[in-house]
Amino acid sequence: MQRFTRLFNEMDSTTRTTEKVAALESYFQESPPEDAAWALYFLIGRKIKRAVTTRLLREWVSAETALPLWLVEESYEAVGDLAETLALLLPDNPGGTHLPLGRLIRERVLPLKVIDVPAQQALVVQTWRELDTRQRLVWHKIITGEFRIGVARTLVVRGLANFAGVTAAEMAHRVMGHWEPTAEDFTGLLTNQPHAASPGRPYPFFLAHPLESPVAELGDISQWQAEWKWDGIRAQLIRRQGEVLVWSRGEELITDRFPEIAEIGRVLPDGVVLDGEILAWRDDRPLPFAVLQKRIGRKSVGPKLLVDAPVAFMAYDLLELDGADIRGQLLGERRLQLEKLASSVHRDFRLHLSPVVPASGWPAVEQLHAEARSRHVEGLMLKRRDAPYGVGRPKGIWWKWKSQPYAVDAVLIYAQRGHGRRASLYTDYTFGVWHEGQLAPIAKAYSGLTDDEIRQVDQFIRGHTLDRFGPVRVVEPQLVFELHFEGIQISNRHKIGLAVRFPRIARWRHDKQPAEADHLDTLRALAASHAP
Amino acid sequence: MTSIIQLTDRGLYCTAGDFYIDPWAPVERAIITHAHSDHARPGSTRYLTSSRGAPLVRERVGLDAIVDGLPLGEPLTTGAVKISLHPAGHILGSAQVRIEHGGEVCVISGDYKLAADPTCDPFEPVRCHTFVTESTFGLPIYRWRPAAEIVAAINAWWRANQDIGRTSVIYAYAVGKAEQVVAGLDPSIGPILVHGAVDRFLPHYREAGVTLPATERATSENAAGSRGRAIVVAPPSAAHTPWLKKFGPISTAMASGWMQIRGARRRRSLDAGFALSDHADWQGLLDAIAATAAQEIWVTHGYSTVLARWLSEHGLQTRVIKTAFEGELLEEVEPTGDSTLAAKVGES
Repeated sequence: MQRFTRLFNEMDSTTRTTEKVAALESYFQESPPEDAAWALYFLIGRKIKRAVTTRLLREWVSAETALPLWLVEESYEAVGDLAETLALLLPDNPGGTHLPLGRLIRERVLPLKVIDVPAQQALVVQTWRELDTRQRLVWHKIITGEFRIGVARTLVVRGLANFAGVTAAEMAHRVMGHWEPTAEDFTGLLTNQPHAASPGRPYPFFLAHPLESPVAELGDISQWQAEWKWDGIRAQLIRRQGEVLVWSRGEELITDRFPEIAEIGRVLPDGVVLDGEILAWRDDRPLPFAVLQKRIGRKSVGPKLLVDAPVAFMAYDLLELDGADIRGQLLGERRLQLEKLASSVHRDFRLHLSPVVPASGWPAVEQLHAEARSRHVEGLMLKRRDAPYGVGRPKGIWWKWKSQPYAVDAVLIYAQRGHGRRASLYTDYTFGVWHEGQLAPIAKAYSGLTDDEIRQVDQFIRGHTLDRFGPVRVVEPQLVFELHFEGIQISNRHKIGLAVRFPRIARWRHDKQPAEADHLDTLRALAASHAP
Repeated sequence: MTSIIQLTDRGLYCTAGDFYIDPWAPVERAIITHAHSDHARPGSTRYLTSSRGAPLVRERVGLDAIVDGLPLGEPLTTGAVKISLHPAGHILGSAQVRIEHGGEVCVISGDYKLAADPTCDPFEPVRCHTFVTESTFGLPIYRWRPAAEIVAAINAWWRANQDIGRTSVIYAYAVGKAEQVVAGLDPSIGPILVHGAVDRFLPHYREAGVTLPATERATSENAAGSRGRAIVVAPPSAAHTPWLKKFGPISTAMASGWMQIRGARRRRSLDAGFALSDHADWQGLLDAIAATAAQEIWVTHGYSTVLARWLSEHGLQTRVIKTAFEGELLEEVEPTGDSTLAAKVGES
């Protein structure tokens, strides 16, 4: 726990990636595999299920410190990070514990799930008394299932790859999919010994960069394959050793949530991995993302949901064939084999081949890009034909070229403090547009302002608060912002009857008065005109 | 409710004595608790402050302003009120203002801390009926480690930076915090350079008898000559400016109570944060308030509603007052004259 906490502090106290990688490498070097396995598990974003509710933790801190619950809540509001707040509220215990991470998990984390509430409280209080402030913070993040620190997965992979003496690409592949945080599986990752879960292991997803310069500057168009950019869930469909697995890009195993996709897998030949997108789909066209959202998060799917929100798999790429990793082949070669494979699957199965958009020249591509919205896609993908399937997000191989976002001028009406890096500043905003003489909330947005602007808006909010509801401040409607978003749909789940997708702040319209902000009717018309 | 002082749009006002305490707009007579820019503002006709604090206050309000010094603890009678100043432990010369009128006593704390600090006189509890307290760090998450421990951590950080060839740059508010940091630095580690905004105030500290290690105002020459070895003490406004270039590769830190929270440090992309404050922490506020034996507490700048609620739940009469004081500043721009004053007042 001391080593892991020190690593946490090192990750927390530098923004230099080389220092982070070096600290990770030496952590893996120094730590016994049974500890390092858990460290890796958390660092690359795996979570264990929340063992105790945060509500109980707050109550127990209140009891342990004799501070009223309201004061715990006020403290949380100021810090913005519950694990840190609770750690700071508890009495100092500078010594800390020498309990190694693996044992801490086995003795102080995993048992929490199987004991009753009074026993949980006793174990939590006992652990608090042994840990120092920083160790408590780390431990809280583990038991609340919210372990997130400012270190990118690629850096963790690099640190581990350096220690194992392999390339980062190789390690990125090894850590994909399921492995258990045990000494055995950790050693297996280092030495590439097959472990129990290796047969189901997905490949690292290759990612695209947003297009930065005019498309014509990409050069010879014959070098590029254009496809539509579909708006769904990126996934890998794996058929190996008679088993079918569907992995999301977030490395969640989602086979059971999408039985239609699993069915496709069962008719594929053995030793095949497809890369593609799960889309809500009906009658040869995609349905809005909101429809797919009904399926996300549902562990079991009933017959009604299968009818209401049908899905299909849009295959982009072929990564494995006849049990061989073919990522090293060029896109052109992989595409031919993908087409052959797709044509062998009967039409009744919901497998689609992502069509290659015919592109005779860049002006034609630009024209198609402009039409993307009306085709219910997000834009275009441009992929180099002469490139292998890579690892990570290198520039220049795959570009994503999204449609121009929708824009709306809206007024800041509510604000809340941020979290993590932005805790204690008001950075979470709700914006409204005019409706019957009042500002109706249409979107929450968190990003898009510079640090300077965030500070100015924070100052404004503090000086212009009209009312408070818990952590939310009602702000004088004075500031106008241009919001961008990717899609807009009619929605019954939202009070105003509209849902916008990926809202973010494009700029602060100092030049506009609140009265000049947009009206809800304008947005409704926009949604109606793009309804599928 | 006390009748000795009242809150006006220019600040706290004592009717019976016809003077203001730390007014945020120009007035005839102002008593100044300490030389921070949100308490000592230029433009008033006549100022009264502690004798030890007078030189710093003159730096703030203008060298040609009339600033009278009153020795700590010495009573002064004006009209029907008796005034005396008592150390607040905040910065050099900082004082609480005790006002007595018709058998009733009110103390205005200004900013204060209880922890020992070699750069100023220790906080003195003063019994009163009404106590006006700050609440900058009025949440129980603020619990300071002993200053000696933090100062040792700063020296250790400085040494660690030398090991990797980086100049250490520590941001600290120019009046009070910077001197507290400098006082704790171990000159055997390396050269101590200071930004001009800090250098300007150091002579007042040395003249007041505060022991400080030798410092040099940072120049291109001494910066080049001590790259990778020196520690530089600079105001927070120097962060991310070209001024830092001359020091070569740097590690950055800030000394501030706000550094207690990770987010406050990470937002500024600092390599280290040291929770060293010139304000009382939560327990410090409670202890100070209890020591006054006051039954009526006015709570100002900071987590005032939180502290007031806690005190009410513990049987005290409280009142939250909205002032233009700002507590411990992070984004401070050193005031240079009237334009800054106007900007500050405009904001409040």
